[in-house]
Amino acid sequence: MSEAVLHDDHHDHKPTGIGRWLFSTNHKDIGTMYLVFALIMFFVGGAMSMVIRAELFQPGMQYVDPQFYNSMVTVHALVMIFGALMPAGVGLANWMIPMMIGAPDMALPRMNNMSFWILPFAFTLLLSTFFMQGGAPAGGWTMYPPLVLQLGDGLPYLVFAVHFLGVSSIMGAINIIATVFNMRAPGMTFMRLPLFVWAWIITAFLLIAAMPVLAGGVTMLLTDKFFGTAFFDAAGGGDPVMFQHIFWFFGHPEVYILVLPAFGVISQIIPTFARKPLFGYTSMVYATASIAFLSFFVWAHHMFTVGMPLTGELFFMYATMSIAVPTGVKIFNWMATMWKGSMTFETPMLFAIGVLFMFSLGGFSGLMMGITPVDFQYHDTYFIVAHFHYVIVPGIIFGLMGGIYFWLPKWTGNMYDEKLGKLHFWSSTISVNILFFPMHFIGLAGMPRRIPDYSVQFADWNAIISLGGFAFGLSQLILVWVVIKCVRGGEKATDQVWEGAHGLEWTLPSPPPFHTFTTPPEVTDATAHS
Amino acid sequence: MSVDKLKQIVLGVTTVSLFLMSGTALADYMNVLNLTEGVTPTSKMVYDLHMLILYIVTVIGILVFSVMCWSIYHHRKSKGAVAEQFHHSTAAEITWTVIPILILVLMAIPATKALVFMEQTGDAEMTIKVTGIQWKWKYDYLDEGISFVSTLSQDSNDARQVGSGIDPNTIENYLLDVDNRVVLPIKTKIRILTTAADVIHDWWVPALGWKRDAIPGFINDNWTYIEEPGIYRGNCAELCGRDHGFMPIVVEAVSKDEYAVWVEEQKSMQLAAAAGADKEWTKEELLAKGAEVYTTNCAVCHMAEGQGMEGLFPALDSSAIVNGPASEMIMQVLNGKNMMPAWKDLLNDTDIGAVVTFARNSWGNTVKDVVQPSDVKAMR
Repeated sequence: MSEAVLHDDHHDHKPTGIGRWLFSTNHKDIGTMYLVFALIMFFVGGAMSMVIRAELFQPGMQYVDPQFYNSMVTVHALVMIFGALMPAGVGLANWMIPMMIGAPDMALPRMNNMSFWILPFAFTLLLSTFFMQGGAPAGGWTMYPPLVLQLGDGLPYLVFAVHFLGVSSIMGAINIIATVFNMRAPGMTFMRLPLFVWAWIITAFLLIAAMPVLAGGVTMLLTDKFFGTAFFDAAGGGDPVMFQHIFWFFGHPEVYILVLPAFGVISQIIPTFARKPLFGYTSMVYATASIAFLSFFVWAHHMFTVGMPLTGELFFMYATMSIAVPTGVKIFNWMATMWKGSMTFETPMLFAIGVLFMFSLGGFSGLMMGITPVDFQYHDTYFIVAHFHYVIVPGIIFGLMGGIYFWLPKWTGNMYDEKLGKLHFWSSTISVNILFFPMHFIGLAGMPRRIPDYSVQFADWNAIISLGGFAFGLSQLILVWVVIKCVRGGEKATDQVWEGAHGLEWTLPSPPPFHTFTTPPEVTDATAHS
Repeated sequence: MSVDKLKQIVLGVTTVSLFLMSGTALADYMNVLNLTEGVTPTSKMVYDLHMLILYIVTVIGILVFSVMCWSIYHHRKSKGAVAEQFHHSTAAEITWTVIPILILVLMAIPATKALVFMEQTGDAEMTIKVTGIQWKWKYDYLDEGISFVSTLSQDSNDARQVGSGIDPNTIENYLLDVDNRVVLPIKTKIRILTTAADVIHDWWVPALGWKRDAIPGFINDNWTYIEEPGIYRGNCAELCGRDHGFMPIVVEAVSKDEYAVWVEEQKSMQLAAAAGADKEWTKEELLAKGAEVYTTNCAVCHMAEGQGMEGLFPALDSSAIVNGPASEMIMQVLNGKNMMPAWKDLLNDTDIGAVVTFARNSWGNTVKDVVQPSDVKAMR
């Protein structure tokens, strides 16, 4: 194989100029573009959350109109979910899946190019609504009618942006499935796939099943607004709650679309730094698949307060509680992987352990909210804001950031600055808890979510939360500095990079040549991941 | 370990962490930490369930995190740990699948009981209907024929304007006070129907122990049984547009006797208001009344000076409709248009006549005529 690599190296002529990126069919370049795009969107969405936290720093309205505040809440969520988290996951998949399964590239390289380049257009549509009559979407990222239909000229832009994002995601998902099913190296059986690849296959099927449902739902919003239909208008025989069922039939699997790639990253990092094989590989695969399967049967726990019949409430309560079982299995497997290992705590491992602790906190509050009668109190308060931010920020985002630190030396050929990486981890961890933990308290004490102003008993906690928020926002600049510094130079990374790293991607040079595995490697039990 | 002991420990840990944050006003923070126990059988049941699950997850959390911390401390390379290479244990995997299932079943039993209890909406002694409207609540006492609209109190509303310069700390019950409270009798099973006129709202008073969406075109039924007299405050809990944060709820629970007195008062007030429609009003009376009605009901969208909001709410100042024929303006006020609600259900003839007169005589509007409440009554 080394001969093949050298051969590649010799003819490692990349296209030059802007054309290299615009017309790219190379999985590594497209992966880089996805990751850079996600990072930019992370800061765009983050800037909006800074506006939110500035307004909430004190009681009273200081800076923005309530309508603009609602736009900030709405677009912050849309940008973070569709612009930062999902593209970051796809970026990691693009970079790593071909190198992990011994494929020369993605199965459908031109489609790969298209699914990336749709994104900037979709977000141009979405963000342009800020300059339109009636402003940007302000009805929440969940787009519930009839409220969302009160939006001015921005509505069709919102709907078409969602359509574009859906098309992009579905094409990305098809590509990943086609790649893994058809382009595995000889000997790379399904049960030898790295867990990250497994997580992504399952995510890809979730995307294909869920995104068209969302597209259908928002299309019905469009026809209700412009073509006189009444899908969601009771006066015309429709039902506003039907939209919520459609939305959350997409929306709950979407949670796992976001989280499974991060879980996949964790499953790569922990064995590496524990210097010990992943515990319970088979049960990990089955647990991931059953989480994904169950995610289609729990959607209505997002809408317990709409007034469902008792039997419906009971069904969705039991189904929701049952998801705790496979999720617990995953956490326990990661713990067992660490158990009696020989651990070191480089930045990727710190982020992975951070996920174990803080994602679990989000899991606990999730279990509490799954209990329907109690959810009647928790619903639409800051308690749920605390819950899903614990899942998303120190859960998913920490997982993805761990992945970035883990693979950055492989991508750039240089080690990142470990001191700065650790500083990034610790400042993020401390500030994220100051930011989100007190939200549990104010939520339980009765502060509703999505309000621009609050009664004064919540003032002290909100000030603390805002300070945590500003500190977390600033901490993320460290990440940018680490990445830039690492791309520009640093201590040269070895091929294996990490002492405990196993798998095909670590047999390639760091950085890998433009084309890798043009001759497929042979995979045996000894060289496989697990 | 007894539950009481555990309570002490949890309380102790919380207190210490609070102390780190601030040595002062500890009592204030303690009020803003946990769910309210509330004043109904439902809310108490929900509170107990909440605490039970909180204790369960706290214990699980402590156990799991302790194991992780122990492992992180002891199984590290710097302490000379050598990695074992096991990667499978059927017994362990069965254990950590079965034990969580058992815990979940234990949690599901009281949860199911509570849910079944909460859904028993029958046998109510009285019924009120709550209608969410952007951004106020309308209450109809279906048995007594009383109905009124409840909006954010004026001092909160003044203070919450962007750059008002008024310190919210100086306002009593800032954002949690209204002009008309919902008065309810204690020790009575009350059925509360929720619905909405425009978008989805959510009626939530934490002390009652639940919240329920108010959905246009649908009616949800709920019930409550308030055990103690008092004033209980809440908010709209479902994002419903620009002023979602400014439509509070205030329930005043009183004894059955006091409630009967209040009902009689309300009935005579409504009769008096209806009589107002038949009398001839002077322009000054109408302008004074209209200014009041405008501030309470209209200024939230059309703004204090009738200037509206670009792209969202049309201006009334120099508007073609306000300066057009009175009958067309009255029709629009009565029936609403787009986001504007149909005011015929919310305001009486006197209020509508007064506010129409007020708008036609204010700002840059030029018609300056008088619309009598009887004109409005005739057009209903």
